[in-house]
Parts: sequence; C-alpha cells; structure tokens
Amino acid sequence: MIGELWENFTDALEGLGSVVHFLFRLVGNTPRVLLRFSLISQQIFNSGALSLIIIMLSGLFVGMVLGLQGFQLLQRFGSEEALGTAATIGLVKELGPVVTALLFAGRAGTALASELGLMRATDQLSAMEMMAVDPIQRVVVPRFLGGVIAMPLLAGIFSVIGIYGAQLVGVQIMGVDSGSFWSQMRSAVSLSDVTEGIVKSFVFGVACSLIAVYQGYYATPTAEGVGRATTTTVVTSAVVILFLDYLITAAFL
Amino acid sequence: MFAGLDIQIPRGKVTAVMGPSGTGKTTLLRLITGQVSADSGEIQVAGQDMRVLSRTELYVLRRRMGMLFQNGALLTDFSVFENVAFPLREHTDLTERLIRQLVLTKLQAVGLRGAAELMPAELSGGMSRRVALARAIVMDPELLIYDEPFVGLDPISLGVILRLIRRLNDTLGITSIVVSHDVQEISTVADQVFLLSGGKVVAGGAPQELKTNPTEIVKQFIGGLADGPVPFHFPAPDYFSELMSRSEEP
Repeated sequence: MIGELWENFTDALEGLGSVVHFLFRLVGNTPRVLLRFSLISQQIFNSGALSLIIIMLSGLFVGMVLGLQGFQLLQRFGSEEALGTAATIGLVKELGPVVTALLFAGRAGTALASELGLMRATDQLSAMEMMAVDPIQRVVVPRFLGGVIAMPLLAGIFSVIGIYGAQLVGVQIMGVDSGSFWSQMRSAVSLSDVTEGIVKSFVFGVACSLIAVYQGYYATPTAEGVGRATTTTVVTSAVVILFLDYLITAAFL
Repeated sequence: MFAGLDIQIPRGKVTAVMGPSGTGKTTLLRLITGQVSADSGEIQVAGQDMRVLSRTELYVLRRRMGMLFQNGALLTDFSVFENVAFPLREHTDLTERLIRQLVLTKLQAVGLRGAAELMPAELSGGMSRRVALARAIVMDPELLIYDEPFVGLDPISLGVILRLIRRLNDTLGITSIVVSHDVQEISTVADQVFLLSGGKVVAGGAPQELKTNPTEIVKQFIGGLADGPVPFHFPAPDYFSELMSRSEEP
C-alpha cells in the first residue's frame, strides 16, 4: 500500500520533471524561432483569433451575470454605484484570466494536442526530422509561443467585454448612475490589479500551451492515444490553472 | 534485435534489404538515419560514425539523405506543391521562381505536376507515396532510402516507381536502399540483395544468385513457402489441444 503510494508519487514527480525539461527545450529554441515570426503569427491566429468568438461571448455573459448579481448584493447596502468597481476588479483580477484560460484549454489546447498527436501518428514529425528540420523548432515552439502570446490578449478582451456586459445590465437595465459607475471604477481599480491579471494570464498561457504541446508531442501514436492526450490536456490544464490561480493570488496579497 | 549483423552498402548502387516481417528491416533504416541509436556495435554513414555525431552534425548529414516513408508522411497542412517545396524553403534561400521550377520538375518526374494544388487528403495512397518521393529527391540527396515503396501500388504506378528508382540511381549517381519483401519487384531493380532473418544476414548477393541459393531459408523466402526454418505461425500451444480444451479463456 505504502509502496504503491510511493510509486505513484515518484511517477508524478517524474512526469513533472519531464514536462519541465520539455519547457526548457522549448525556451532554448525560442530565440531562433522568434527570427521567423511568420510561423508564430500563424499560430497566434490559430489559437487566438479562432478563439475570439467563444471568448467574447463568454465575456459578455459573465459580465452580465456580474452586473446583475453585483447590483442585487450592493443594493442591500445602498452602494450600487460601487458596481463598476466590483465588476471590474472581479473580472480583471480573477474571472478574466481564469475563465479565458479554461476556455482556451478547451478550444485551443485540445486542438493543439490532437494536431500534434496526429502528426506524430502519421509520421509527419519523423518525416520532418529526416528532412533535417527539427520538429520542436518548426512545429512545437511556434504553437507554444502562439498560445503564450494569445492568452493575455484574449484575457484582456474578455475583461473589457465583461465590463461592458456589467455596464449593460447595471446601468442600462438596473439604472445605476452611469457617471458614478465609471468614475468609481477608475478611482478604485489600481495598476496592481491590472498587473495581477496580466501576470496570471501570462502564467496560464505558458501552462496551458505547455501542457497541450507536451501531451500532443508525446501522445501514443494511435487513435486512442491521441484521444487520451486531448482529454488529459483539458483535465490537467483546468486543475493546474486553478491551482496556479491560488498561488498567484496569494503572492499578490 | 540484431546479433552479428554486418552489412556494407556500396555507393551508387541499389541495395535491397529483404526479410520476413518483424526481422527489424525498419529498425535498420532508423539506425542508418540516426532516428534511433544502437546499444552496441558501429554504424558508419558516408564515412561518419553515427555514435559520435552531435545533433547538429546529424542534421547536416541528413540533408544529404532522402527518405520515403511507408505511408508517405506528407504534411497534411500543406498542398502537394508546398510539401515538395518544404525542404527547399527550410534549407535554402532560393527565389520563389526557382523553387517553383524545381518543384514542378520533381512533380513531373513522378507524374503529378497536375496535382500540385491538391491537399494530401485528396490523394490516394499511391499518389501520396509518389508526392513523398518527389519531396525526398527535391534536395538532390546522395542517399535515398525507401521503406516498403511497393505496398499498395497499382501495376502502373509500381512500374513507374521501379523505373524511377533505377533511373534516379543511374542518372544522379544516388545510393539507394530499398526495404521490401516483394521478391519479384526487388529482383528487377536491385543490384544486390541482403536477406535478413533472426537478426543477421542469412544471404547476400545479386538477385539472380539469391534465386539459385540452396539454403533452406532463402528457398523458403524466395518461394513463399509456409514450411521452412522461418515459422509462419506465431508461437502458440498445440492447435488440437487448444481447440478441444473446455477452457473459456481465449
């Protein structure tokens, strides 16, 4: 029993080690890939632009819910004008980065993992190696960097649309004073709140993209293996995002 | 996998490696191309010891090789044209005009110039293999490796590929290694044949010599016989007793 636990523990540690080692390989190859930015911009389009619709829609609805619930809560204390502040801090620091990352893992992470897994299964990665093209440099790093760059941008868009959604419900429907909604928000939200959001979304971007490309690159080259890589990507990403979220929130207190 | 394997592949010739399934023909190719490294023993390619090559040196060496994978292994994101152009774009600074000419020449050689704008998913198995061949020769390699090039080709494509292997070899002076178990096709194209079995070379020489080779294993392989030194059946318990047993386990 204890032996089994210990084995699981060392297995997990080994897995973590190989992920970190993979990250170092990616970072080591990054400078050379940066010289061919067209490869990265293609991937920013694939991971970022193609996730825009889902991110914007979700941002709008999350913001609207915040506006509604925030209004009801704040009304009890007679401070509806603080709605702008409450919604913005909630979005910029927490919901923006976290929900974006979760959606990103579901939309772009799975796409990355299954794409790389299929490339592995159909010998495309080996074929590149035989053409003296390093698949890490040509295929993996651009996808990784694309995700890392896209995530903060997506989180920013999510938060902006979310604030608009909160305003839509709070000001347009519930009748909070528009002037105080915006002015309180501007005086209460500080730069460090925004920084925290940016740091979070950047870290989530690294984590999500890393998990996705790692799972895809090392997927078992079968239909089942690729399927499992995709599932593992979503599940691991979700848990890791929430765990990191706690750590970063604690660090910023 | 191998024990006491010793093969010399001469420059400028077509060398065939044959053998029953599971004798490690593909593994041998992976060793030659440095995709896997040997636990022991020595492999030299173009005078370079594969054991001591760094990653960079290996990649430099691989630019002089072309390899045709069993399933073609085309990059599914790119069109046929872009697949063939891929090595040129990665390794050279040629102008777009020159790349276009080179690619079209190679595609013409495999009869698929008209398919340049198709995507790999729109190609049949044989066509993908021919595109992959065009891609493998686009950098004018010195060593060309074919992994099972004849599987699933229709007779016309088969004839074209056979003549192409021969012609590439003769006109460009390429060294070719063909892994296959198609006895008939190999005997028309190869200069020399190695027959692998049980981890070592059991026979070698010109295709004609192999046909008259008196050893049991060569006779079995060339003649396609079920009985002989190479067992056709995977090891199993006695047939009769397994059929008659009452056990419900498979």
